[in-house]
Amino acid sequence: MSDESVTLGKDLAAMLKGGVIMDVMSVEQAIIAQAAGACAVMALERIPSDIRAQGGVARMSDPQLIADIQKAVSIPVMAKVRIGHTAEARILEALETDFIDESEVLTPADPFAHIVKKDFTVPFVCGATNLGEALRRIEEGAAMIRTKGEAGTGNVVEAVRHIKLIAQEIESLRAMNTKALAAFAAEERVSVALLTQVRDAGRLPVVTFVAGGVATPADAALLMGMGAEGVFVGSGIFRSQHPERMAESIVQATVHFADFKKLLEVSTGLGAAMKGEEINTLETRMQERGL
Amino acid sequence: MTMTVGVLALQGDFAEHIRVLSSIGVRSLEVRSVEDLTKADRLILPGGESTVMAKLLFQSGLGQAISDRFSRGELPIYATCAGAILVSREVQDGSVSTLGLLDITTQRNAYGRQSHSFRTALSVRGIQTPVQASFIRAPHITRVGEGVSVLANYDESPVLVQARNIIAGTFHTEVTGDPSVHKLFVV
Repeated sequence: MSDESVTLGKDLAAMLKGGVIMDVMSVEQAIIAQAAGACAVMALERIPSDIRAQGGVARMSDPQLIADIQKAVSIPVMAKVRIGHTAEARILEALETDFIDESEVLTPADPFAHIVKKDFTVPFVCGATNLGEALRRIEEGAAMIRTKGEAGTGNVVEAVRHIKLIAQEIESLRAMNTKALAAFAAEERVSVALLTQVRDAGRLPVVTFVAGGVATPADAALLMGMGAEGVFVGSGIFRSQHPERMAESIVQATVHFADFKKLLEVSTGLGAAMKGEEINTLETRMQERGL
Repeated sequence: MTMTVGVLALQGDFAEHIRVLSSIGVRSLEVRSVEDLTKADRLILPGGESTVMAKLLFQSGLGQAISDRFSRGELPIYATCAGAILVSREVQDGSVSTLGLLDITTQRNAYGRQSHSFRTALSVRGIQTPVQASFIRAPHITRVGEGVSVLANYDESPVLVQARNIIAGTFHTEVTGDPSVHKLFVV
């Protein structure tokens, strides 16, 4: 029942909108995230900044950790698999994870292809840096897109780049005639039908969150103001000085992104945000994995 | 005077509700504050995560404002899924604080995780054609109090109920685009 599970995944993604999905590495952190107002948690053994620091191959987390978190919270629980790793995804499907993130944060498993996501009963979210990449993932069956940003850096610049780029590319579709649209579709390896649908609607056909580098309430508000429908926060919460306060404030800033007095209030007295890194000093650019 | 339907816009699928309202020519308004609420004649509580909405509602005083206007009979409400949990008198495991506006008991995520979500066509009292409904990690209504009538059942359990000035459903028609329950609400 492939198409149906993608439709239901899109429906679940609609329920997550306006919310914050938080990376958690333990039951304790998952409970903190839920209490702070997370609309879902991403269960994983190492958050992206640790993966960067420690190196090595990053794989799917131990299902025991994910199962413990599923028992501890009532909100949806997501987990990551390596790009193209269909077997890891089957394991998470058997565990009844609410969403699977086929993620560039983990070490890619397949150099040629992504998972054929339509074959699963559990929906997928995938990263994208531009329109073509987002549409290829959607044609494979992704029910939700997140911009990739640059995970684990605490630096919002790549998240901004990707959401702006996607918006600009959608805008430029409007000026294209049938021939130009067909050429773009061929170049990006996506169907003309999907591209036409995006041009006519002026947006992606799935819910689009931002991810990769969000470290403060102001970062979340910035991206919501650019049209993001919600926010993933990885290292930004549990690598800050006061995770509870930071988590709650990012939730508030995501909801009230256009209320600047409220933003002032929730941004004040939070303690130190995660340290963060300059993009041009990075050894690995995770966003370049699995295009 | 034209009616304005407020849609609670703290989190969840409020944009889908607004789209359906606009498809049937009803004016709508996103409600994020007590001030926004004063401009609404009716209110929709959308789907989303009930823990998130409850926290934001009770932190801001918006929850109290909704309860006050509803109990004065000034604010008819339509609540879907997470919204239905928020208006219920009690939640089975007590895991969420509610507004308690409707005498029902709800049980969260009663069908199971996302792989047990489904769409179906429901027969609803007062609506001629089957209603296209999506049940997403949906709750059960495990008890229906006096004065609450059942408009639809699924698997012999109530999924859409109504009392004076309030309708609550465990499913979503805003994502399927079926406007029939919204029409029932705004007449």
